[in-house]
Amino acid sequence: MHIFNQTGRYFALLLRVFSRPEKYSLYIKQTFSEIDNLGVKSVGIVAIISVFMGGIMTLQVAYNMTNPLLPTTLIGLGNRDSLILEFSSTIMGLIMAGKIGSNITSEIGSMKVTEQIDSLEIMGVNSASYLILPKIIAVVLMFPFLYILSVFFGLIGGMIVGPAVGAVSVTDYLNGIQSSFTPYYVTFSLIKCLVFGFLIASISAFFGYTVEGGAFDVGSASTRAVVNTNILILVWDLILTQLLF
Amino acid sequence: MIEIKNIYKSFDQKEVLKNISMVFNQGETNLIIGRSGSGKTVLLKSIVGLHEVDSGHIFYDNRDFTLMKAKFRKKLRQEMGMVFQGGALFDSMTVEENVRFPLDMFSTLSFAEKQKQVDFCLERVNISDSNKLSPSEISGGMKKRVAIARAIVMNPKYLFCDEPNSGLDPETSMVIDELVHSITVDLKITTIINTHDMNSVMEIGDNILFISEGEMCWEGNRKEILQTENQQLQEFVFANKQYQKIRDDKIKE
Repeated sequence: MHIFNQTGRYFALLLRVFSRPEKYSLYIKQTFSEIDNLGVKSVGIVAIISVFMGGIMTLQVAYNMTNPLLPTTLIGLGNRDSLILEFSSTIMGLIMAGKIGSNITSEIGSMKVTEQIDSLEIMGVNSASYLILPKIIAVVLMFPFLYILSVFFGLIGGMIVGPAVGAVSVTDYLNGIQSSFTPYYVTFSLIKCLVFGFLIASISAFFGYTVEGGAFDVGSASTRAVVNTNILILVWDLILTQLLF
Repeated sequence: MIEIKNIYKSFDQKEVLKNISMVFNQGETNLIIGRSGSGKTVLLKSIVGLHEVDSGHIFYDNRDFTLMKAKFRKKLRQEMGMVFQGGALFDSMTVEENVRFPLDMFSTLSFAEKQKQVDFCLERVNISDSNKLSPSEISGGMKKRVAIARAIVMNPKYLFCDEPNSGLDPETSMVIDELVHSITVDLKITTIINTHDMNSVMEIGDNILFISEGEMCWEGNRKEILQTENQQLQEFVFANKQYQKIRDDKIKE
């Protein structure tokens, strides 16, 4: 029963979030601030993780290609398609759920337990919309950009590690990442990014907004938000893969 | 004027407020007093609509708040100002931005006009030299003053304060009391303060409601409280010998 109760409360909160803003200019300003805080400030971690992810993927493909008849250009191709289809969207989604999601839950949760949300309500502000809508817009807008950056840095990582360990030459690697390219894979992953971005921002905000108690409860809510977001990202990955392929 | 009629409120079948009725007058400092856990905060939050009452009515100048649609409630809330126990200032904003926030959200004033109003309110609470600081850089007393400035920036008709003196030293508490009282009288607003600070009761209690275990036990003013024969109220107010002496001295006066 608890899961139905929580789901009902989640959708009730979303109804409040998507109601008409009191003042558009203030919401737009807040959205830009969230784009900077949640999106731009995530570029560094996305780049670092992606470089390593691309490097490791290149090594894995190279070490598992035991047949000498297979061309080494497949190493670049394997790395590219893995990054485009799953690693830069789903794995990055799971990582962003930890980074951005816990940030959103703890920020909104702290505001809840220190009565800042009550204070907004007393002023006549729709606190759910003012606090959550700019975050959802920011994450949904930024996640596709982070995905593209992740693919780029992942390919760079492969280009550094592959030739460095002698698994593939730079020329073969570059030829590999340019061969048999299917643009739809990118479209598919961008659609996933939009869905994952929405899930990360809305679920984390829900757990923050509904927290009761004190600092300990905010911590627990952050953990629950990350766990639930991760599970739902994987569930939606499965659903979208089945629907869009 | 705010009138509450037969208010009942319960949480998980535990009755927290039982049949509370009272009239809070305009231009007066109305106090809700009682022991910790007596239901003061629940009553205040029910009056402002942060908790929905189970039954009863709340009238703001004869407008029934309990029957109001959300849209009209939101409009009415723009006539309210509230000072929360911990100040509830927005951490991400400076003192000045905190006070300006309601104006940014709801007014059509120019930036210069808004700034003038913010400066006036900060001056009113004697904190105009800290406007660029963030809430984490100011003391508890200053936070309360900023919260008061933010609460009055929209020229509210109703002001609510939830334990404005908690965690403050006696001198700062007196300053806050005097500030709230003078704002109430000068701006002719209806002020309701939740407190268990007896100094506040003696100094600014124009109209006092005493509640115990969610029930209304006594109502009167600071003069009447000294002569009360209500046993529960006597035990609460005069638990400290210092207050017994104050009572005796005031009676002699």
